[in-house]
Amino acid sequence: MEVERVRQQFGGVIALDDVSFSVCTGQVLAIIGPNGAGKTTLLNIIAGTLEPTAGQVLFRGQRLSGRPPYARVRLGIARTFQQALIFQNMTVLENVMVGCHIRGRGELWHAALRLPRVRREEEDLTLDALRFLNLVGLGSKADQDAAALPFGQQRLLAIARALATSPSILLLDEPAAGLNRLEKNDLAELIQRIHETSADPLGLRPTTILVEHDMELVMRLADWVVVLDHGKRLAQGRTEEVRRNPAVIEAYLGVEEG
Amino acid sequence: MSRLIAYGPGGQRRNLVGLGALTLFVATLPLWLNSPYALSTLILIGIYTIVTLGLSLLMGYAGQISLGQAAFFGLGAYGSAVLTVQAGWSPWLALIASALGTGLIAYLIGIPIFRLRGHYLAMGTLAFGVIVHIVLNEWKVVTGGPTGLPGIPRLTVGGLVLKGDLVYYYLVWLLVLVALVIALNIVNSRFGRALRAIRDSELAAESLGVEATRCKLQAMVTSALYASVAGSLYAHYMIFVSPSAFDFDTSVRLVLMAAVGGLASIWGAPFGAAAVMLLSLVLREIIPLLTPRGSGEQQILAYGVLLVTIMIFMPEGLTVAAVRAWQRAGGMRLVVGVLVRLQVSLRGVWPRRRRRKGVGRGR
Repeated sequence: MEVERVRQQFGGVIALDDVSFSVCTGQVLAIIGPNGAGKTTLLNIIAGTLEPTAGQVLFRGQRLSGRPPYARVRLGIARTFQQALIFQNMTVLENVMVGCHIRGRGELWHAALRLPRVRREEEDLTLDALRFLNLVGLGSKADQDAAALPFGQQRLLAIARALATSPSILLLDEPAAGLNRLEKNDLAELIQRIHETSADPLGLRPTTILVEHDMELVMRLADWVVVLDHGKRLAQGRTEEVRRNPAVIEAYLGVEEG
Repeated sequence: MSRLIAYGPGGQRRNLVGLGALTLFVATLPLWLNSPYALSTLILIGIYTIVTLGLSLLMGYAGQISLGQAAFFGLGAYGSAVLTVQAGWSPWLALIASALGTGLIAYLIGIPIFRLRGHYLAMGTLAFGVIVHIVLNEWKVVTGGPTGLPGIPRLTVGGLVLKGDLVYYYLVWLLVLVALVIALNIVNSRFGRALRAIRDSELAAESLGVEATRCKLQAMVTSALYASVAGSLYAHYMIFVSPSAFDFDTSVRLVLMAAVGGLASIWGAPFGAAAVMLLSLVLREIIPLLTPRGSGEQQILAYGVLLVTIMIFMPEGLTVAAVRAWQRAGGMRLVVGVLVRLQVSLRGVWPRRRRRKGVGRGR
């Protein structure tokens, strides 16, 4: 996937200014930068929540502009939100089953008459959803009310839900924000698991784009880092290189003393 | 039969038990409640239940408000009336044709109207309801204007004219049960989950591939089909239709029925319809005592107060609140306790069977 010279203007404010980068299949790419650098805006543009003022996003050589978010999910781009946005009035399992939505084929009138194919499809989707729940370690909570989950687990649920769409690109918007150390560790292990092994029930190994503040997590997970500052791409490179880049250290990590 | 009904959140068994209980109740009700007045009230409750079921799908599950549901109800009624009286169609054919026509109208209205959200959507649907009401009043050549359209034939089943109220009662409630099963199936399906997802967060639903607008449209059309069929049943029962039965007042009453029953509760629909229906009968008696010149306006005032009260104190509806209260009071345990004690005291006369363990509820 490639992001080409993307520019986003909100009135007089330039949120993103000619940002370009590309990500290779299977990689974990982290987008970092100070608050207000335009990270989430960039994610929204890739997911289709926002249309960029200029520039474009290419996915497998296809232009994505003009496609609404739900159409991009069908192409294989899934996302999570900072606020988790799980469905409060559903069980944990049902949340993930909504993620399986695009794999179902039953039309409304099939469901109304509960045709045999609907029953079969429901069973398939239930099993599928359970596999994704087990993957994130929430299998034992399948029948609980999703609203009753602690926040850290709601984040995991949101990831399971996104994975259930079988994405080839997974966009995670600050998945670690507000989590404690233990929860962060669970999260990092989960991201590593879906990447490094074939633990994923469907063997997807989605390319992951991670917007994150937590540098420790970024260093641990990312293969490639893009640094944004005031809407501009300040640097990009392998995680180790970026860590040593003086401009990055100055803008983001702060100047080292001594 | 059991395979045709969806697994609900509480499992398939709960839905089957509920359905069995409701069927039994409805089947035996006329045995002890058979005055003509009661029977006609029960028929109307059945008809309104069908509308409420559709409205609950749209409002409770998809979270999209409709203050114009009486319009779909009216389109169904007038569709049947006009097609049978003016065009001489058979009633069943007219019922199906009206439903299809009303569904199409709902679809066409839905496309622009779902660009609106929240209060604006409410205003949009309200306006639609008002427009339909005006058309029914003014398009005199077809609808007969404010005086209405008399002479609608009764429904026939296999050459048998359904004349008596008792037969009609059973027909209406049979259709209520069918409508209920269909609604349960829809709610507990992929589509139903998509609707609930939209109600919670449209943003998140779309990010998982749910086409929110399409789902809302389908919910709207489904609710219109429900309302239209109910409207046709209404027309063939009353054998006369006039616009006043499909005004804003009716729309409000329908919303109230859905809210009293519990917006996101299919099972609440019959209770909501019954409660509001009985309330309006009571109000009709009470209001003239309070204000000598009392009329519809005072009634709608009462509805308003009731709706606000329910939304504040029982946002999930009376049915859910009642079930909660029952659970809190340990109602099930109480009944089981009484039964056990009864068994103990009857031990002498009653051959004792294996004692059942673990009676009571999981939660």
